[in-house]
Amino acid sequence: MSQQLIESVEAAQLKTDLPTVNVGDTVDVHCRIIEGDKERVQVFTGVVIATKGRGIAKTITVRRIVANEGVERVFPVHSPRVAQIEVKRQGHVRRAKLHYLRQRVGKARRLRDKRRGLQTETPSN
Amino acid sequence: MAAAILGRKVGMTRYYTEEGVNVPVTIVEAGPCFVSQIKTPEADGYAAIQVAFEDVKPRRTTQPVIGHDAKAGISAKRFHKEFRIPADEVGSYELGQKISVEQFEAVKYVDVVGTSKGKGFAGTMKRHNYKGQLATHGVERKHRSPGSIGGHANNAGGPGGPKKGKKMSGQMGNVQVTVRSLDIVAVDKDKNLLLVKGPVPGANNGMLIIREAGRLYKSKANKLAG
Repeated sequence: MSQQLIESVEAAQLKTDLPTVNVGDTVDVHCRIIEGDKERVQVFTGVVIATKGRGIAKTITVRRIVANEGVERVFPVHSPRVAQIEVKRQGHVRRAKLHYLRQRVGKARRLRDKRRGLQTETPSN
Repeated sequence: MAAAILGRKVGMTRYYTEEGVNVPVTIVEAGPCFVSQIKTPEADGYAAIQVAFEDVKPRRTTQPVIGHDAKAGISAKRFHKEFRIPADEVGSYELGQKISVEQFEAVKYVDVVGTSKGKGFAGTMKRHNYKGQLATHGVERKHRSPGSIGGHANNAGGPGGPKKGKKMSGQMGNVQVTVRSLDIVAVDKDKNLLLVKGPVPGANNGMLIIREAGRLYKSKANKLAG
Protein backbone atom coordinates (compact mmCIF):
# COMPACT_ATOMS: atom_id res chain seq x y z
CA MET A 1 0.00 0.00 0.00
CA SER A 2 2.65 2.49 0.99
CA GLN A 3 4.73 1.64 -2.08
CA GLN A 4 1.70 2.41 -4.23
CA LEU A 5 1.35 5.75 -2.50
CA ILE A 6 4.98 6.59 -3.18
CA GLU A 7 4.58 5.61 -6.81
CA SER A 8 1.47 7.75 -7.15
CA VAL A 9 3.45 10.74 -5.93
CA GLU A 10 6.31 9.96 -8.29
CA ALA A 11 3.99 9.36 -11.24
CA ALA A 12 3.25 13.07 -11.54
CA GLN A 13 6.93 13.76 -12.07
CA LEU A 14 7.83 10.93 -14.44
CA LYS A 15 8.49 11.82 -18.06
CA THR A 16 6.40 9.92 -20.56
CA ASP A 17 8.26 10.91 -23.71
CA LEU A 18 11.56 9.21 -22.95
CA PRO A 19 12.98 6.83 -25.55
CA THR A 20 14.13 3.36 -24.52
CA VAL A 21 17.79 3.79 -23.68
CA ASN A 22 19.91 0.66 -23.43
CA VAL A 23 23.46 0.18 -22.29
CA GLY A 24 25.77 0.51 -25.29
CA ASP A 25 23.64 3.10 -27.05
CA THR A 26 25.15 6.32 -28.30
CA VAL A 27 22.92 9.13 -27.10
CA ASP A 28 22.58 12.88 -27.32
CA VAL A 29 21.55 14.27 -23.95
CA HIS A 30 20.18 17.78 -24.16
CA CYS A 31 20.69 19.39 -20.78
CA ARG A 32 19.25 22.69 -19.72
CA ILE A 33 21.87 24.94 -18.22
CA ILE A 34 20.67 27.87 -16.15
CA GLU A 35 23.10 30.74 -15.81
CA GLY A 36 21.60 33.52 -13.76
CA ASP A 37 18.33 34.27 -15.50
CA LYS A 38 19.47 32.91 -18.87
CA GLU A 39 18.85 29.39 -19.96
CA ARG A 40 20.47 27.43 -22.77
CA VAL A 41 20.63 23.84 -23.91
CA GLN A 42 23.89 21.94 -24.16
CA VAL A 43 24.21 18.60 -25.88
CA PHE A 44 26.35 15.87 -24.35
CA THR A 45 27.00 13.03 -26.79
CA GLY A 46 28.44 9.73 -25.67
CA VAL A 47 27.98 6.05 -24.99
CA VAL A 48 25.69 4.85 -22.22
CA ILE A 49 27.93 2.66 -20.08
CA ALA A 50 25.55 2.04 -17.18
CA THR A 51 21.96 2.49 -16.06
CA LYS A 52 21.03 2.57 -12.41
CA GLY A 53 17.88 2.86 -10.36
CA ARG A 54 14.33 2.77 -11.55
CA GLY A 55 11.30 4.96 -11.62
CA ILE A 56 12.07 8.53 -10.73
CA ALA A 57 15.54 7.59 -9.49
CA LYS A 58 16.68 6.17 -12.82
CA THR A 59 20.04 7.47 -14.02
CA ILE A 60 22.23 6.80 -17.03
CA THR A 61 26.00 7.17 -17.11
CA VAL A 62 27.22 8.61 -20.40
CA ARG A 63 30.89 8.46 -21.37
CA ARG A 64 32.62 10.44 -24.07
CA ILE A 65 36.14 11.56 -24.90
CA VAL A 66 36.84 15.28 -24.60
CA ALA A 67 40.32 16.54 -25.50
CA ASN A 68 41.76 13.04 -25.18
CA GLU A 69 40.33 12.69 -21.71
CA GLY A 70 37.44 10.42 -20.76
CA VAL A 71 34.47 12.28 -19.31
CA GLU A 72 31.54 10.55 -17.65
CA ARG A 73 28.34 12.27 -16.63
CA VAL A 74 25.49 10.75 -14.69
CA PHE A 75 22.07 12.03 -15.74
CA PRO A 76 18.90 11.51 -13.72
CA VAL A 77 16.71 10.94 -16.76
CA HIS A 78 13.53 12.29 -15.16
CA SER A 79 15.13 15.52 -14.03
CA PRO A 80 13.73 18.68 -15.60
CA ARG A 81 17.33 19.65 -16.30
CA VAL A 82 17.48 16.90 -18.92
CA ALA A 83 15.45 18.43 -21.73
CA GLN A 84 15.65 15.56 -24.19
CA ILE A 85 17.44 12.29 -24.85
CA GLU A 86 18.02 11.08 -28.41
CA VAL A 87 19.27 7.60 -29.22
CA LYS A 88 21.68 7.94 -32.13
CA ARG A 89 23.08 4.41 -32.44
CA GLN A 90 22.44 1.15 -30.70
CA GLY A 91 25.55 -0.79 -29.80
CA HIS A 92 25.90 -4.54 -29.52
CA VAL A 93 26.97 -5.34 -25.97
CA ARG A 94 26.93 -8.40 -23.74
CA ARG A 95 27.31 -6.65 -20.38
CA ALA A 96 24.99 -4.58 -18.20
CA LYS A 97 27.84 -2.25 -17.22
CA LEU A 98 30.47 -1.23 -19.72
CA HIS A 99 33.14 -0.18 -17.25
CA TYR A 100 35.68 -2.08 -19.35
CA LEU A 101 35.47 0.73 -21.90
CA ARG A 102 37.44 2.88 -19.47
CA GLN A 103 40.50 0.75 -20.10
CA ARG A 104 40.09 0.82 -23.87
CA VAL A 105 42.10 3.27 -25.94
CA GLY A 106 41.58 4.44 -29.51
CA LYS A 107 39.65 2.30 -31.96
CA ALA A 108 39.07 -0.44 -29.40
CA ARG A 109 36.62 1.91 -27.74
CA ARG A 110 34.07 1.47 -30.52
CA LEU A 111 31.08 -0.82 -30.13
CA ARG A 112 29.60 -2.96 -32.85
CA ASP A 113 26.16 -1.80 -33.95
CA LYS A 114 23.26 -3.87 -32.79
CA ARG A 115 21.93 -6.12 -35.53
CA ARG A 116 18.97 -7.75 -33.86
CA GLY A 117 16.00 -5.92 -32.43
CA LEU A 118 16.43 -2.95 -34.71
CA GLN A 119 13.34 -1.11 -35.82
CA THR A 120 12.43 -1.96 -39.40
CA GLU A 121 12.41 1.62 -40.65
CA THR A 122 15.98 2.29 -39.55
CA PRO A 123 18.36 1.23 -42.29
CA SER A 124 20.88 -1.37 -41.10
CA ASN A 125 24.46 -0.48 -41.74
CA MET B 1 -3.65 26.84 17.32
CA ALA B 2 -0.59 26.47 15.20
CA ALA B 3 -1.20 23.82 12.60
CA ALA B 4 -0.76 20.28 13.95
CA ILE B 5 -1.77 16.87 12.71
CA LEU B 6 -1.04 13.17 13.16
CA GLY B 7 0.20 10.98 10.34
CA ARG B 8 2.06 7.92 9.24
CA LYS B 9 5.43 7.85 7.55
CA VAL B 10 5.00 6.34 4.10
CA GLY B 11 8.57 6.41 2.82
CA MET B 12 11.11 8.51 1.03
CA THR B 13 11.54 9.50 -2.59
CA ARG B 14 12.89 12.42 -4.56
CA TYR B 15 11.12 15.50 -5.82
CA TYR B 16 12.26 17.78 -8.64
CA THR B 17 11.54 21.47 -8.38
CA GLU B 18 10.79 23.42 -11.55
CA GLU B 19 14.43 24.48 -11.75
CA GLY B 20 15.41 20.85 -11.66
CA VAL B 21 16.77 20.78 -8.12
CA ASN B 22 16.50 17.30 -6.69
CA VAL B 23 14.94 17.46 -3.21
CA PRO B 24 14.91 14.36 -0.99
CA VAL B 25 11.45 14.13 0.54
CA THR B 26 9.61 11.99 3.05
CA ILE B 27 5.99 11.28 2.23
CA VAL B 28 3.69 11.49 5.24
CA GLU B 29 0.10 10.35 5.06
CA ALA B 30 -1.42 12.82 7.49
CA GLY B 31 -4.98 12.86 8.67
CA PRO B 32 -7.79 13.31 8.30
CA CYS B 33 -7.90 13.78 12.05
CA PHE B 34 -10.85 14.66 14.23
CA VAL B 35 -11.18 16.60 17.46
CA SER B 36 -12.15 13.98 20.00
CA GLN B 37 -12.04 16.05 23.17
CA ILE B 38 -11.71 19.68 24.11
CA LYS B 39 -10.08 20.53 27.41
CA THR B 40 -10.99 23.85 28.92
CA PRO B 41 -9.34 25.82 31.71
CA GLU B 42 -12.60 25.66 33.70
CA ALA B 43 -13.03 21.90 33.59
CA ASP B 44 -9.45 20.64 33.21
CA GLY B 45 -7.23 23.49 34.35
CA TYR B 46 -5.69 24.01 30.94
CA ALA B 47 -6.74 24.46 27.33
CA ALA B 48 -6.07 21.76 24.77
CA ILE B 49 -7.66 19.76 22.02
CA GLN B 50 -7.36 16.04 21.71
CA VAL B 51 -6.92 14.88 18.13
CA ALA B 52 -7.79 11.36 16.97
CA PHE B 53 -6.34 9.66 13.91
CA GLU B 54 -6.93 6.51 11.86
CA ASP B 55 -10.00 4.31 12.07
CA VAL B 56 -9.66 1.12 14.04
CA LYS B 57 -11.98 -1.87 13.99
CA PRO B 58 -14.15 -1.81 17.11
CA ARG B 59 -13.10 -5.34 18.06
CA ARG B 60 -9.45 -4.28 17.94
CA THR B 61 -9.93 -1.57 20.55
CA THR B 62 -11.57 -1.23 23.93
CA GLN B 63 -14.98 -0.11 25.10
CA PRO B 64 -13.61 2.99 26.85
CA VAL B 65 -12.03 4.18 23.58
CA ILE B 66 -15.17 3.45 21.57
CA GLY B 67 -17.25 5.35 24.11
CA HIS B 68 -14.82 8.22 24.30
CA ASP B 69 -14.81 8.71 20.52
CA ALA B 70 -18.57 8.19 20.28
CA LYS B 71 -19.01 11.15 22.62
CA ALA B 72 -17.34 13.30 19.96
CA GLY B 73 -19.54 11.73 17.30
CA ILE B 74 -16.74 9.90 15.51
CA SER B 75 -15.89 6.24 14.97
CA ALA B 76 -13.25 4.63 17.15
CA LYS B 77 -9.74 5.81 16.35
CA ARG B 78 -6.34 4.25 16.94
CA PHE B 79 -4.29 7.27 18.02
CA HIS B 80 -5.21 10.13 20.33
CA LYS B 81 -2.87 13.04 21.01
CA GLU B 82 -3.34 16.30 22.83
CA PHE B 83 -2.21 19.69 21.59
CA ARG B 84 -2.18 22.68 23.90
CA ILE B 85 -3.98 25.75 22.60
CA PRO B 86 -4.28 29.31 23.90
CA ALA B 87 -7.17 29.59 26.36
CA ASP B 88 -9.04 32.09 24.22
CA GLU B 89 -9.15 29.72 21.24
CA VAL B 90 -11.15 27.04 23.02
CA GLY B 91 -14.40 28.32 21.55
CA SER B 92 -13.16 27.99 17.97
CA TYR B 93 -13.12 24.18 18.12
CA GLU B 94 -16.01 21.79 18.25
CA LEU B 95 -16.14 18.08 18.91
CA GLY B 96 -15.80 15.94 15.80
CA GLN B 97 -14.27 18.78 13.81
CA LYS B 98 -12.13 17.55 10.94
CA ILE B 99 -8.45 18.49 10.78
CA SER B 100 -6.80 17.90 7.43
CA VAL B 101 -3.53 18.72 5.67
CA GLU B 102 -5.13 21.83 4.18
CA GLN B 103 -4.02 23.85 7.17
CA PHE B 104 -0.40 23.25 6.14
CA GLU B 105 -0.76 24.90 2.75
CA ALA B 106 0.32 28.24 4.14
CA VAL B 107 2.98 26.74 6.40
CA LYS B 108 6.63 26.73 5.36
CA TYR B 109 8.41 24.84 8.12
CA VAL B 110 7.30 22.01 10.39
CA ASP B 111 8.59 20.05 13.35
CA VAL B 112 8.14 16.29 13.09
CA VAL B 113 7.98 14.08 16.19
CA GLY B 114 8.39 10.36 15.90
CA THR B 115 9.82 7.28 17.58
CA SER B 116 13.28 6.43 16.31
CA LYS B 117 14.19 2.95 15.11
CA GLY B 118 15.28 0.77 18.02
CA LYS B 119 18.87 -0.43 17.90
CA GLY B 120 18.72 -2.58 21.02
CA PHE B 121 21.51 -2.67 23.58
CA ALA B 122 24.30 -0.91 21.72
CA GLY B 123 27.96 -0.48 22.60
CA THR B 124 29.66 2.85 23.02
CA MET B 125 31.07 2.92 19.49
CA LYS B 126 27.65 2.69 17.91
CA ARG B 127 25.80 4.66 20.55
CA HIS B 128 28.17 7.54 21.32
CA ASN B 129 30.63 7.40 18.41
CA TYR B 130 33.52 6.35 20.64
CA LYS B 131 36.60 5.38 18.67
CA GLY B 132 37.28 2.07 20.41
CA GLN B 133 40.81 0.70 20.68
CA LEU B 134 43.43 -0.19 18.12
CA ALA B 135 43.04 -3.17 15.86
CA THR B 136 46.60 -4.35 16.43
CA HIS B 137 49.66 -3.33 18.50
CA GLY B 138 48.92 -5.90 21.15
CA VAL B 139 45.25 -5.05 21.75
CA GLU B 140 43.45 -8.25 22.61
CA ARG B 141 39.65 -8.69 22.83
CA LYS B 142 39.19 -4.98 23.62
CA HIS B 143 38.82 -3.49 20.16
CA ARG B 144 35.38 -1.96 20.75
CA SER B 145 35.62 -1.26 24.47
CA PRO B 146 35.15 2.27 25.83
CA GLY B 147 38.43 2.46 27.77
CA SER B 148 38.68 4.04 31.19
CA ILE B 149 35.48 5.42 32.69
CA GLY B 150 37.24 7.37 35.42
CA GLY B 151 37.80 6.51 39.04
CA HIS B 152 37.83 7.92 42.52
CA ALA B 153 40.74 10.26 42.11
CA ASN B 154 40.61 12.02 38.77
CA ASN B 155 38.35 14.64 37.28
CA ALA B 156 36.75 12.18 34.88
CA GLY B 157 35.32 10.56 37.97
CA GLY B 158 35.36 11.74 41.52
CA PRO B 159 34.78 10.53 45.01
CA GLY B 160 32.29 7.74 44.80
CA GLY B 161 33.22 6.47 41.36
CA PRO B 162 32.55 7.54 37.75
CA LYS B 163 30.62 10.73 37.12
CA LYS B 164 26.86 10.71 36.77
CA GLY B 165 25.78 10.65 33.16
CA LYS B 166 28.99 9.01 31.95
CA LYS B 167 28.27 7.77 28.39
CA MET B 168 28.21 3.99 28.37
CA SER B 169 26.57 1.21 26.44
CA GLY B 170 22.83 0.69 26.71
CA GLN B 171 19.53 0.89 24.89
CA MET B 172 19.80 2.92 21.71
CA GLY B 173 16.89 4.21 19.67
CA ASN B 174 13.20 3.54 20.24
CA VAL B 175 12.88 6.94 21.91
CA GLN B 176 10.87 9.97 20.94
CA VAL B 177 12.82 12.20 18.58
CA THR B 178 11.87 15.62 17.24
CA VAL B 179 13.38 17.00 14.06
CA ARG B 180 12.90 20.72 13.80
CA SER B 181 12.30 23.16 10.97
CA LEU B 182 11.81 20.82 8.04
CA ASP B 183 10.67 22.40 4.78
CA ILE B 184 7.23 21.55 3.47
CA VAL B 185 7.76 20.74 -0.19
CA ALA B 186 4.21 19.97 -1.25
CA VAL B 187 0.73 19.33 0.15
CA ASP B 188 -1.69 16.96 -1.53
CA LYS B 189 -5.21 17.63 -0.29
CA ASP B 190 -6.87 14.82 -2.20
CA LYS B 191 -4.59 12.06 -0.97
CA ASN B 192 -3.94 13.63 2.45
CA LEU B 193 -0.21 13.70 1.86
CA LEU B 194 2.50 15.98 3.14
CA LEU B 195 5.89 16.04 1.44
CA VAL B 196 8.54 17.04 3.95
CA LYS B 197 12.14 17.71 3.00
CA GLY B 198 14.65 15.24 4.40
CA PRO B 199 14.34 12.22 6.67
CA VAL B 200 12.05 11.92 9.69
CA PRO B 201 12.44 9.63 12.72
CA GLY B 202 11.30 6.05 12.77
CA ALA B 203 10.51 3.24 10.38
CA ASN B 204 8.05 3.42 7.51
CA ASN B 205 4.48 3.15 8.75
CA GLY B 206 5.46 4.72 12.09
CA MET B 207 3.19 7.29 13.67
CA LEU B 208 4.29 10.92 13.50
CA ILE B 209 3.17 14.21 14.94
CA ILE B 210 3.59 17.06 12.48
CA ARG B 211 3.20 20.59 13.75
CA GLU B 212 4.08 24.05 12.61
CA ALA B 213 7.68 24.83 13.54
CA GLY B 214 7.72 26.40 16.96
CA ARG B 215 11.18 27.94 16.91
CA LEU B 216 13.10 28.15 13.66
CA TYR B 217 16.79 27.82 13.15
CA LYS B 218 18.28 31.25 12.59
CA SER B 219 19.04 30.81 8.89
CA LYS B 220 15.50 29.65 8.17
CA ALA B 221 13.96 32.43 10.23
CA ASN B 222 15.97 34.93 8.21
CA LYS B 223 14.80 33.35 4.98
CA LEU B 224 11.18 33.57 6.12
CA ALA B 225 11.66 37.20 7.05
CA GLY B 226 12.96 37.80 3.55
